[in-house]
Amino acid sequence: MWLLGLYVLPLLGLVPLSLSEPLSRFGLDTVFTGRVANYSEVLQAYGPILLRSFSFAAIATAVGLVLAYPLAFAIRFRGGRWQPLLIGLVVLPSLSSFLVRAIAWTSLLGDNGPVLGLVESLGLTDGLNGLGVLRDGRLLNTPTAVIIGLTNTLLPFLVLPLVVAMQRIDPRLLEAAADLHAGPLRRFIRVVWPLSLPGLGAGLLLSLIPAAGDVVNPRFLGGPNDRMIANAIDNLLLVQLQAPRAAALTLVLTALITVAVGLQLRGRGLEELPLP
Amino acid sequence: MNRAGALLLGLWSALAYGLLYAPVVVTVLFSFNAPRGRFNLVWQGFTLENWRHPFQDGALTAAFLTSLGLAVAAALLAVLLGGLMALALSRARVRGGRWIELLLALPLTNPEIVLATALLTLFVGLDLPRGPLTLLLSHSLFCLSYAALTLKARLAGFDPTLELAAQDLGAPPLEAFRRVTLPLLAPGLLAAMLLSFSLSFDDYVVSSFTAGETLTLPLYLAGAFQREISPQIQVLSTLVLLVSALVLVLASPPRRSPR
Repeated sequence: MWLLGLYVLPLLGLVPLSLSEPLSRFGLDTVFTGRVANYSEVLQAYGPILLRSFSFAAIATAVGLVLAYPLAFAIRFRGGRWQPLLIGLVVLPSLSSFLVRAIAWTSLLGDNGPVLGLVESLGLTDGLNGLGVLRDGRLLNTPTAVIIGLTNTLLPFLVLPLVVAMQRIDPRLLEAAADLHAGPLRRFIRVVWPLSLPGLGAGLLLSLIPAAGDVVNPRFLGGPNDRMIANAIDNLLLVQLQAPRAAALTLVLTALITVAVGLQLRGRGLEELPLP
Repeated sequence: MNRAGALLLGLWSALAYGLLYAPVVVTVLFSFNAPRGRFNLVWQGFTLENWRHPFQDGALTAAFLTSLGLAVAAALLAVLLGGLMALALSRARVRGGRWIELLLALPLTNPEIVLATALLTLFVGLDLPRGPLTLLLSHSLFCLSYAALTLKARLAGFDPTLELAAQDLGAPPLEAFRRVTLPLLAPGLLAAMLLSFSLSFDDYVVSSFTAGETLTLPLYLAGAFQREISPQIQVLSTLVLLVSALVLVLASPPRRSPR
């Protein structure tokens, strides 16, 4: 039980730290002064980044969901005996490092890379520039690149809970619905969709939060203006050596997330949290 | 579902797999690239040279070995402690067990940066120099959460009367544990160990805060963006992926195909 203290203690330790002031500009030593202004200052300075983090995460999750839901449906209802293999194939890419994948995206999305080549040969460059998807005909160092990277990392976390939820659907329910003359669309809306909702909730939780707190994708695929909240904390603590503000910002983030998780888990046990 | 619908669903699923596998395919492909200059990011031409010297990049290999050792140690520690926690939580009526479970889930539900900040400030406060020890402590910590929860789930589906039966037949408690509980728990232990290993092996955020001068593989890779992306990076990554795929196949229990 001791190691548990290693998480809770420092988390609690962030509270007094967030109310302190740095002793000097050159070290992480601080002195407690009860300085509540740290909070208002970080909220003011990093509010936009906080908002950006959650909107990037939300967009990536939305895009991911559009891909993940049909994929989960296909695996569950069309996969047949290949189901375990198809699920394994969803998991496999997440076993390669985030950083290796970021390096690969750098190749793919680079100025002479295949993705921009395809866009150009389709004559879409100007249109996508206008929509803000590309920036001056480039893809790397744009929000789009960050969102592509995020979507790639969170996709398995959306697919797996959905498949698990759909696997729990008793096929006899669908047969019964068919017997009662429900067409495929009606069977989907009245049976599959409502019964997949727990998986959807779990998937959203498992993808939104890590995406909002992601470090690697914004840092290596985004430009200087696409940094997300974790990069800001990273920078505050390790570059600016502003430990109290970093602590305050971290606590703001934790608080926001804990509220979100609390809302999601309300009335349900922890057992509903599927482990990746 | 009609044919057109099925076809559309299949194509859409292929698109999803495409997004998942694009970076993987590129990584494998670029392990066969003969780059010009220091950055293996633009395709130049096919070569097997990189595969003949997978460990040529000395700094990369050193970081790789560091990560390997760290991941093994962290996984062992996490599974040992996590196993004990899971046993305590599911057997003994621990007071506040529900709360401990909630706390266990914290590292799962919070982004890594929260844990990283908390740990760094703790280590600074304790005047603990950042290095291999702090790395091991922090890695085993986030692995512990996953290990304990995985094992607890495993124990939940386990019949405690089996152990009692063994004791009725004259086995001392420890013997009963060794002969009955442990073998039944083995698949869960293995799964928790593999999960912990891969979590630790891939960790970047927590490591970047708690590593000090120690260079793990992800930390090395992060630096590589500025310094040099040698094709050996892609070679080693492909190797890791192959081993992971093999482990995934071997570790997945034969399932009967669902209807």
